[in-house]
Amino acid sequence: MSLNNRKLQYSLAANEAFHQMMEEDESVFLIGQGVKSPWYVGNTARGLLERFGPDRVIDTPVSENAVTGAAVGAAMAGMRSVVVHPRMDFMMYALDPIINQAANWYYMNGGKLSVPIVFWGIINRGGEQAAQHSQALHVILGHIPGLKVVMPSTPYDAKGLMISAIKDDNPVVYIDDRWLHGDEGIVPEEIYEVPIGKAAIRKKGDDVTLVAISFIMRYALEAATELAKENIKVEVIDLRTIKPLDKDLVLESVKKTGRLAVADPGWKTYGMAAEISAFVFEEAFDSLKAPFVRVTLPDLPAPASSALEKLYYPTTKDIVQAIRGMVNR
Amino acid sequence: MKKYSKAFLRQLYRTMLRIRVCEESLVAPILNGDVRCPVHLCSGEEAVAAGVCAALDDTDCVFGNHRSHGHFVAKGGRIDALVAEIYGKETGCSRGRGGSMHLIDPEKGMMGAAPIVAGTISLAVGAALASHIRREKRVSVSFFGDGATNEGVLFECMNLAALKKLPIIFVCENNFYATHMPVAECRPDCDIADIAKPFNIPNVRVDGNNVLEVFETAKEAVAACRDGSGPFFIEAMTYRLRGHVGPDDKIQGAHTDIRPQEEIDMWKKKDPVINFERCLLDDGMLNESDVSAIKKEIDQEVREAHVFANNSPYPAESELSVYVFK
Repeated sequence: MSLNNRKLQYSLAANEAFHQMMEEDESVFLIGQGVKSPWYVGNTARGLLERFGPDRVIDTPVSENAVTGAAVGAAMAGMRSVVVHPRMDFMMYALDPIINQAANWYYMNGGKLSVPIVFWGIINRGGEQAAQHSQALHVILGHIPGLKVVMPSTPYDAKGLMISAIKDDNPVVYIDDRWLHGDEGIVPEEIYEVPIGKAAIRKKGDDVTLVAISFIMRYALEAATELAKENIKVEVIDLRTIKPLDKDLVLESVKKTGRLAVADPGWKTYGMAAEISAFVFEEAFDSLKAPFVRVTLPDLPAPASSALEKLYYPTTKDIVQAIRGMVNR
Repeated sequence: MKKYSKAFLRQLYRTMLRIRVCEESLVAPILNGDVRCPVHLCSGEEAVAAGVCAALDDTDCVFGNHRSHGHFVAKGGRIDALVAEIYGKETGCSRGRGGSMHLIDPEKGMMGAAPIVAGTISLAVGAALASHIRREKRVSVSFFGDGATNEGVLFECMNLAALKKLPIIFVCENNFYATHMPVAECRPDCDIADIAKPFNIPNVRVDGNNVLEVFETAKEAVAACRDGSGPFFIEAMTYRLRGHVGPDDKIQGAHTDIRPQEEIDMWKKKDPVINFERCLLDDGMLNESDVSAIKKEIDQEVREAHVFANNSPYPAESELSVYVFK
């Protein structure tokens, strides 16, 4: 088998990152609720406990605040911590160690002590899980100075960004989506890094720049294929990191296309789409041919009933319609 | 007293006195506006920091809180770097980015301090976890006040630390007030040491103004932690002789110290520095000329620290955004 075209599931790509980084660096450890339970973290943690033992693969009581703080403190004391929150919603109990402590620590002690930690949150959209098991809360953390936030959409990036996040000397929030876990893609077997802060063009086009991230990338690519049939050529950018933003790549594209659409798996108000629209407005105003369009969740909690869920989550069709409206205005 | 060496006792006394003189030296600069950041003086509480840290090595970790000048100094931090930090200078221990509430000296094991009440307890648990994972004998200490015992994260931390047998010493500095709230208005039961019991954590209440009592208990706690029998909980009863913030709680002109004068007067008689000095003199461990030499030396160290701080540059405007990321 060639090293370069081996296919792997998204969740196993992240799992391979853990295996390889924990093998390579004894200071790397994984802690959090459910790390030995596939029910919580899927197969992302497969084989880790057996291989590295309970000192470095630590399943914990349900104490998000203390456990996350302990992961932060361990990172201050020389470890490279990965702390998982199997539902990102549960991470809200841990905003003090994440925001007040880890994000500020390096700055507020004048560069004396950094915090090499990965805060790993899993979004569990859909599945009638309602409002407290499904929230995409990336923007809350993207707002905070001192945090980097990555959201890989492909198996290749799932591994490469996890490795980069673990190797980074700063706090990195790594957010994946359970709906991506089953996706297959090419994942090199060796250790490699996907640079944090670099977006990727997934499809070239001249008419519209469509920026997306994480799970909604799937719909963005489907929409671009759909619109190509109408001769609307969409350039699809996978942002990959929401903080720091790869402004250069987005601006270069918008200067070419003159049109910006953003598909964000989160809410609209004060959201990622708003931020991208704002910096494009500031820095590429003269290139714009049309107002921006934003495809996001509506500003309301996730409903349980599938009858309402199907209205709540944006689809390929929503992106197609939004872009069609922008081009044909 | 006789079981200790003169050198050790002298060191303990010096540590407490250095903290006290440094704290009191900040009163005038606060009142005249030279010091502008919020300063929580620990005058009166020196014995806890000095006694606990005397039982630690440089490689042991300490995490502090908003009132941590004493922890910083007792753990080996330089007074000039402390004073410069409080003045917001580039030569401060946190390069003027942190101020009085964010003190750090990683080489001395002072891992940092932060004013989110109870916010650093879990960080100290994490340093203990790192020690546990690496099979090191490093002990971690979390200093927090009685106010922090009303925060849920402390209970999560005691549970996690006890479950994993982590080498951490929880040190509650009970000064009877959470800012302005008397402890009895915050808790139905004021025996704070008891909160460790449900977690099977050995817990001891000590006279936090008696430095040798604090040291002996800390020594026992450190030994337990190094032996794999951590965690340990110490409640040290003490009192701040100054305001919650600033010298006298005259925040914006209004006197907000609601503590009864008789109570303050009673605790002044229990001054840990003066009492320890008296004991050392009574027991012949120091004589009057030793004491005056030590005082002179410390006065000079602190005076020079202020000169150093005053002469130091502020952080460069061009460096506003450095240290966001490493």
